[in-house]
Order: sequence, then C-alpha cells, then structure tokens
Amino acid sequence: MMLLVLILHAAAAVLAPVAIRYAGNRALYGLALVPAGTFVWAAVQRPPLAETYPWVPRLGMDLALRMGTLSWLMLLIVSGIGAVVLAYCARYFGEGDPGLGRFAGIFLGFATAMTGLVVADDLLLLYVFWELTTVFSYLLIGHKGEQSAGRRAAMQALVVTTAGGLAMLVGFVMLGHGAGTYRWSEIAEGPLPANSAVAAVLILAGALSKSAIFPFSFWLPAAMAAPTPASAYLHAASMVKAGVFLLGLLGPLLVQAEPWRPVALAAGVITLLLGGWNAMRQHDLKLLLAYGTVSQLGLLTIALGAGGQAAALAGAALLLAHALFKAALFLVVGIVDHLAGTRDLRELSGLGQRMPLLAVIAALAVASMAGVPPLAGFVGKETLFAAFEHGGTTDRLVLLALVAGSALTVAYGLRFLWGAFATKPGVAPLETPRPGFAFAAPAGLLSVAGLAVGVSAGWFDGLLGPYASQFPGQTEHLALWHGFGLPLLLSAAVLAIGGTLFAMQLRGRPWPGRRLPYAETVYKWLMSAVDRAAVEVTGATQRGSLPFSLGIILVVLVLFGAGTLVFVAPWPTDIRLWDSPLQLVAGAVVVSSALIAARSRRRMTAMILLGVSGYGVAVMFVLHGAPDLALTQFLVETVTIVMFVLVLRRLPVRFSARPLRVTRIMRAVLAVATGLVAAGMAYVAVGGRIATPISVDFAEPAVSYGGGHNIVNVALVDIRAWDTMGEISVLVVAATGVASLIFRRSGALQRRRAEQGTPSAPPGPWLRAGDNPEARRQSIILQVVARLLFHTIVLFSIYLLFSGHNDPGGGFAGGLVAGLALTTRYLAGGRRELNAAAPVDAGLLLGAGLLTAVGTGVVALISGGAVLQSALLDFHLPLLGHIHFATSVFFDIGVYLIVVALVLEILRSLGAELDRQHEVATRRERRAIERQKEPV
Amino acid sequence: MTPNLVYVVVIGVLFAAGVSMVLERSLTRVLMGMILLGNGVNLLILLGGKAGTPPIVGLGPDEEMADPLPQIMILTAIVITLGMTAFLLALAYRSWAMSGHDEVQDDVEDQRIMQLAERDEGSGTDDKDHHEAVR
Repeated sequence: MMLLVLILHAAAAVLAPVAIRYAGNRALYGLALVPAGTFVWAAVQRPPLAETYPWVPRLGMDLALRMGTLSWLMLLIVSGIGAVVLAYCARYFGEGDPGLGRFAGIFLGFATAMTGLVVADDLLLLYVFWELTTVFSYLLIGHKGEQSAGRRAAMQALVVTTAGGLAMLVGFVMLGHGAGTYRWSEIAEGPLPANSAVAAVLILAGALSKSAIFPFSFWLPAAMAAPTPASAYLHAASMVKAGVFLLGLLGPLLVQAEPWRPVALAAGVITLLLGGWNAMRQHDLKLLLAYGTVSQLGLLTIALGAGGQAAALAGAALLLAHALFKAALFLVVGIVDHLAGTRDLRELSGLGQRMPLLAVIAALAVASMAGVPPLAGFVGKETLFAAFEHGGTTDRLVLLALVAGSALTVAYGLRFLWGAFATKPGVAPLETPRPGFAFAAPAGLLSVAGLAVGVSAGWFDGLLGPYASQFPGQTEHLALWHGFGLPLLLSAAVLAIGGTLFAMQLRGRPWPGRRLPYAETVYKWLMSAVDRAAVEVTGATQRGSLPFSLGIILVVLVLFGAGTLVFVAPWPTDIRLWDSPLQLVAGAVVVSSALIAARSRRRMTAMILLGVSGYGVAVMFVLHGAPDLALTQFLVETVTIVMFVLVLRRLPVRFSARPLRVTRIMRAVLAVATGLVAAGMAYVAVGGRIATPISVDFAEPAVSYGGGHNIVNVALVDIRAWDTMGEISVLVVAATGVASLIFRRSGALQRRRAEQGTPSAPPGPWLRAGDNPEARRQSIILQVVARLLFHTIVLFSIYLLFSGHNDPGGGFAGGLVAGLALTTRYLAGGRRELNAAAPVDAGLLLGAGLLTAVGTGVVALISGGAVLQSALLDFHLPLLGHIHFATSVFFDIGVYLIVVALVLEILRSLGAELDRQHEVATRRERRAIERQKEPV
Repeated sequence: MTPNLVYVVVIGVLFAAGVSMVLERSLTRVLMGMILLGNGVNLLILLGGKAGTPPIVGLGPDEEMADPLPQIMILTAIVITLGMTAFLLALAYRSWAMSGHDEVQDDVEDQRIMQLAERDEGSGTDDKDHHEAVR
C-alpha cells in the first residue's frame, strides 16, 4: 500500500502538466486528491507498518518501506499540508500561468520523494529519496529561472544540501557496513556498530545542512526566491523537516554515540537564537518567516537531538505544531503579497481592517507559534521546558536558551502580525481587495487544526507516546494543563519578555547588530575559489589544441608507464625471437612501411604504405593462429584503402605545411618514448601472464552450447553478443554520420535512397555495359568482368556468413565481402552501376539489420531465455537432409546486413555523391569560362 | 609466458609511428596515425594469448590451440576501426569542402578560458550579476 501511494504520487507528477494544460487551475484540486487520499489512508492506520519488495537483489537492496510512529506523523504532515497547499495554488497562480504545469509537476514530484523519504526503511533508499528532494527543491527555488537571485539561491541550496547529503551517505555506509545491514529497523535493534562516532558526525552534517541549522542556515532565507506555496510546503513544513526527522529517527540508537547529543544541542541553541534575532531585523514578511523557520528548526533540533523521552515527545508535538502554524503563516503572506502587491511591512498598512478574518487566521497561527494556550505550540513547548527542568548544568543552560529563543519567537510573531495587519502611523492604508473564500480557506484550515491539536493534546499523547518511549529518561505526557510548576511559569515569562521586546522595538529602539556572522561569506569565498581554480587548471591543461591535449595524455602515459616499468614491474628473464621465422619477414614489412608512412608528406603514398602495413599485420594474425582476424583484417584494410582513395582524390596531394622544427623534434621524442613504453609494456605484461587463461574451457561449450566449432565466431554471437550488439550500433551510427556529413542538404538524401529521379542503369541485358555516359570513361572489360563476378562474390559472402560458425568467416567477413562486390561494381561503372547493383536505401538496410539482431535477442527473451541466448535446432528437410543450426545465425544475419549497408553508405556518400558534387563544380566552372569568352 | 621479440619490436614501432602522426593537425594524417596505433594495440592484445593452431574445435589437439579470447576482442576492435575511419574521412572531406583544408583548429572556447586565466578572473558562474552584465 505504501508503494501504491508512491506510485500514485509519481503518476500525478507526470500527469500534472497535461492535466493543467487541459483543465486549467481547477486540475490542481483533482491533483490534490492524491496527497489528500494519502492523508486519509494514513490517518486510519496505526503504526508500525512494513512492506518489502525485492529491487536489486545482488546488492541486497530492497524497496523496504516501514512506517513507525514518527514516520506516520511525518507522512500525515507531508500529505496533509501538500494537499492543502496544492488547493491554495489554484488561487495563488493566475489562470493560464505558463509556468504552472511545470510547477505542479515538480511540486508533486517533490511530494513523491518526500513521502518516500519518510517511509524508507533501507538507509540507501532513504538517501536516494533525500537527494531527490534536494533536486526538486532546486527546481522549485529556481522556478523563476530568469532572475539571477532565484538561480543563485537555487544553486546555493543545492550545493549546501548535496554536500551535507554526501557526508551523510558516507555515514550511512559506515553504519550499514558496521551493522551488516542497511535496514534501519534491524540496525536500530543495536548494538551500536564500531566507528559510530564518526558516522554520527557525518550523518549530523547531512541532517543539519538539510534543516538549515547553523552553520548551514544561510541557504534557507535565500531559498525564499521560490514561489510562496513552494516555500510554505518545502521550506517550512516538509523538506527542512527531513533533517530533524532523521535526527528523531536515528536518535534512539545514535544518541549513544558520543558526539550526537552535544553537537545537536549546541547547533540547535545557536540556530534558535541567531534565527530569532535576525527575524526581528527583517522588513520582508517572507524573510521574517524564513528566519523564524530557521529559529524553530533549531528548537526542533534541540528537542529531537536531546535523546530523552520527554524531549522526544515534545519534539514530535512541535514538529506537528510547527508544520501547521508555519505553513498557515506562509499562505497568509502569499495572500497579502498577492492582494497588496508588496511584502514590505513598512509599506503595508490597514490590512487588518480590510480583511479581519485573515488577520484572525494569522493571529491564531502566531499564537500557536508563540506558545499561547490552548494551542498546539503551547503544548509542545511546555513539555520541552519540562524535559530540561531537572538536568545538570548543560540542561539548565539549554533551558535558558529555550526561554530566550521562545521570547524572541513571541517578539517576531508580534512583529509579523503588526507588520502585516496593523494600521501604521504615517503610512496610508492600502485599498486592497478581500481574499476569496477558496484563497483564504487553506490557511484557515491549518490554523484551526493547530487549535484542534492543542485542545486534544491528551489524545495525541497516546498516539505519539510509542515513539517517545524508545528513549530513556523521565516520562512526560502531552497535556494542556500540567499543573503549576516551572514550565508554566516559564511559559508566562516567555510571553511577557517577548511582548516587552516587541514593545521596545515598536517604540523606535533600533534592533542592534549588523548581519550576524553567517557561513554565507565562507560559502561565497569557497565557490569563487573553486571557480578560479577551475579556470586556472583548465587554462593550463586544456589549451584548445588537439596535439597539445593528446601530448599531455601521452606524457602521462609515458611517465606512469615508464615509472612502473622501471621501478615496479617484474622483468621476464627469457625471451624468444619468434614463433616462426616468417613472423620476422611480416614484422619487417609492417615496421618499414609504418615508418615510411609516418615520414611521407604525400597523402597517397602514406595511405598505400598504411595499407601495406595493415596487410602485414594480417599476415602476422595468420602466423599466430588467428584466421578469422586475418580474414577480417584483410577485408577491412581493403575497404579502408578504397575509402581513402575515394576521399583523397579530392584532397590536395600533399599534407599541409609541416610544423616548426622545435615542435617536430618534441613530437619525435614523445613518439619514440611512447613506442618504447608500449614495447616495454608488451614485454613485461606477457612475461607476467602465469595463470591459466579462462579460454581453455571455451572449446567444449562452443560446440555443445553454441552449436559451432569456430570458438571465436561462436563467442562473438554468444558470450560477447552484447559487445557485438554495441559494435553494430556503432557501425549504424557511423554510417548515418558519414551520409549526413556528405549529403549537405536534406533534399540530397533522395540520391542516397537511389530512388526515382536518380540515375540508374536502364533495364536490359545484364552484361551490356558502356551505355551510361559515366561508364563510357571506364574500361568495358572491367565492367563486364565486374558484372560476371558480382553474383559469384555475393554468393561466396553468403557462404562465409553461414559457414562462419564452424570455419573462418561469419557475419562481419561475409558482409565485407559483399561490400567489396558492390565496390567492384562502383569502381567499374560509377554511381549508376552502383544503383543498378544495389537499388536499395542503405538506411533501410541498416535498420533491417539492427531489427534482425535486436529481434533475435527479443525472441530469445520471449521464449524464456536470456537476451540473445542462442538455441540449437535440429531437423530433417527433404533433399537437404539433416539441418543443424544455432539461432544465433539470425543475429549474424543482422550483422551481415549492417556491414553491407555500411559499405553501401560509404560508396554512395564518399563515392557517388562526391562524384556528383565534383561534376556540378566542373560544369559550373566550364560555364563560367565560356561566359568569359563571349564578346560583351 | 615468454615474450616474442618480433612482436615487441613491431608493437613499439607501430606505437611510435602512430603517435608521431596523431600529433599533427591534418585530420587525414591523424586518422592514419590512429589506424597504426590501433594495429599496435591489437597486436599487444594478441600477444597476451598463446599462439598455436586456429581455435576451431577438431582442427588439432586442444592443447595446441591458440588462445581464442584475445582474438574475440580484437575482431570487435577491427570492425569498430572501420566505422571510425569512414566517419573521420567524411569529416575530413567536409572540413576540406567547407574551409579548404582538413586541419583541426584550436577550440575557441578553450582559448577564452585561457584568456580568463591570464587575466586572473573567474568564469563568473558564481558571480551574482554576471549574466545581467553580459546582457
């Protein structure tokens, strides 16, 4: 059921933009049904609930969902407030706002992630949802991407919370590794794994940064660049609570780790006071609330990080209370901003008289925040005071801070009410319209809920009790009336001090202090330092010159390679000269032609020597006992030569001017050094091979399982089938790339298809040659021989394709041979002859080949095997006799088609199209010359 | 396994010749260098496996068979090289057709970053009003 909730949320997120495009803002009410339904479902559940679905069994990672009491509470908050805020959005955004679809989609995406976060039991799963909330928050803060403030704030929030999240992940891994499981419900059973102190600090870093606790507080006020509904939901009610939620979730176990409690208490106290103090200095109502939220998160950190029963109970109650009143206040700010056009409390005046009902709603929320009985905030705060009533010096200091912080809360709460609704002397009252019912209702609902929770405190005590009882220490209960005692006295004092503070400020006492020392300066300095360093490093290493970049890579290779060879590598003692003396001959050919090719300045010379060297390598393959490699190398080398000739006939004869002498010498040195290192690596690596190769066992399964005797070809379509699949995909991409580079206009692609309107040989006797204008320039004998041989070669290529399973050959070799047959036709008779030989679209052939190959894999999958698994078929056919073949033959056919198509594409592009472009250019030149000759 | 001297020398020379060609600016020359390098790497991989009779079951005793695994990997490499060669040749031709040469030019963006580094400036991605200033 929890999984279903997640799926429904995700589906709503995906559908939101579409729904809003068709139904407008009303669609938001429909979308709100998803979180609302979740709320109702969760409200009737009684934790704990758990469900598990297998996800990545090899990592031992399951979709483990679990809802304890705290998770249940958070789920209610997340879904309930999510639904209310969505409903509010319908009025907040103007009808037809172009950004609303995107906003609603991201908003619901965030709700999905947040729901997942609170119900995840697996720590890694929790981390995934945690980071998803960060990403969605980033998108929502940057909703107005055209404003630099929004972009900067979004980036700041992303960097700070992601950095914290990464630290937390390390903490999780340490914890999970120590405990032997990542399931929190199992880790929580104890005992505390070793190294938990470090893990605790890392997890705290993640939690505190997410909840904007000192020293990470600065991102939250900046995040107010988000639309107000997003602020209300993410940056007040739900996401920033993720940090304190984690404190509360892990607290029962991790509070035993030494640094947990002191760090949480110290950070919480500082945040509580700093946030409250700064809230008093704000003029923007939304920023005032943001600093207030920072302060309240400090309070929650104290409560949930303290690790006692009473504090935890107070923390849970405050978590709920804060979500209710802070979301309500944000919604009120949104309404005020919307109707009055400003959030500056120096400009707002007279709104209380214009909209008394909204003022009452806000007052109710502020009262809850200030801790006025009988509201939810009062109940939580009283219990928190009681929790620190009886402890030692630390507890008393914390209690003092709590009183001070709460007094500040009262003061800025009053400042908020005064700022938003009071009629100020010297400021003309604003003539604003009244908010409609549907606009104000969400805020009112939340405010009244705060009252309801406060009144039914005893009932909530029973609900939240199971969570708090995980902690040791004195037992407290949530109640409206705790009797006369220190907590009640403190509550009264807080209200009195807070009221006095606000009165003092109102009378014109300037609130002291500049911007308090926040880590924002450090953040900015750090970011600009990173930026500078990146520029320097990039500027020094990446100079835009390809030879320079390659040079750096090669220098690194040489330095590390040579270093390893000299200092570490075990040099083999014996060496043999050759396996057979023929290798020496082949090697000499390869070496000499490669060296001359490298020195040659003429393109054709270099290319021909390159070909010779390639054929030499093929001979070496033969001598090594690799006939398939040799065959393929021979064919590929031949096709390469053809391609080079086709292109080089258009390029200048010589390579461009040689570089300067100095760089030439440096290049030569680097080349020799790389050669030496490569030779050294070859020498050492081969000497280092002592283990039995895995391939000694290939022979038997190749026959029994793969159905062929040629191990290399069987493996290519079996154990390495995925690699072959990738390889043919590369060929498809390369072929398409070649065509798109050569055919300059899309209209030219017609010629690529060799269809109507393109030249092709007329039907007639197939041996007749020389009847097309292009072919007249070629040798007729060549054309006739090409036609005579063509079918024989194609037949041979098909033989190679099918015999490849048992003898040298296979799809690649077969395809290349067929391609060479086409090449012969093209070379003999030009592009018309090519079209006559292959009247098909190469692209179509590529697609057919890929489809055949993929189809083989899919069929294997459907028939119950793994993708691309091959099966053996045996049957009898009349005349032909016994037929035995492996289904991987179909895969090979796909390979064959793709290779043929690649060669065809090359011939059409580098051959035929280049011919045509050349003809057009020549004709144009000739016409230009004739025009010049004409008398003017 | 004992290294084979002919292979070691051939591999070294192919690498050296390939690198010297790759470090130039003419794209066709770079491509030729890549092909030489590729042949060198293929031989390096091949040398890692035993030489012997072709790895076809039934052709000879299994013990004398050449190691098939390096061959399987090299076969893929050879064909990929073919695709890459075709693509780079088309690229070289296109470059020649459009600008009259097939040289790889310096990257303009990289040069801009170098200028920033010389002026000791940041890229401005963290700068608040950089984009507005640019506009």
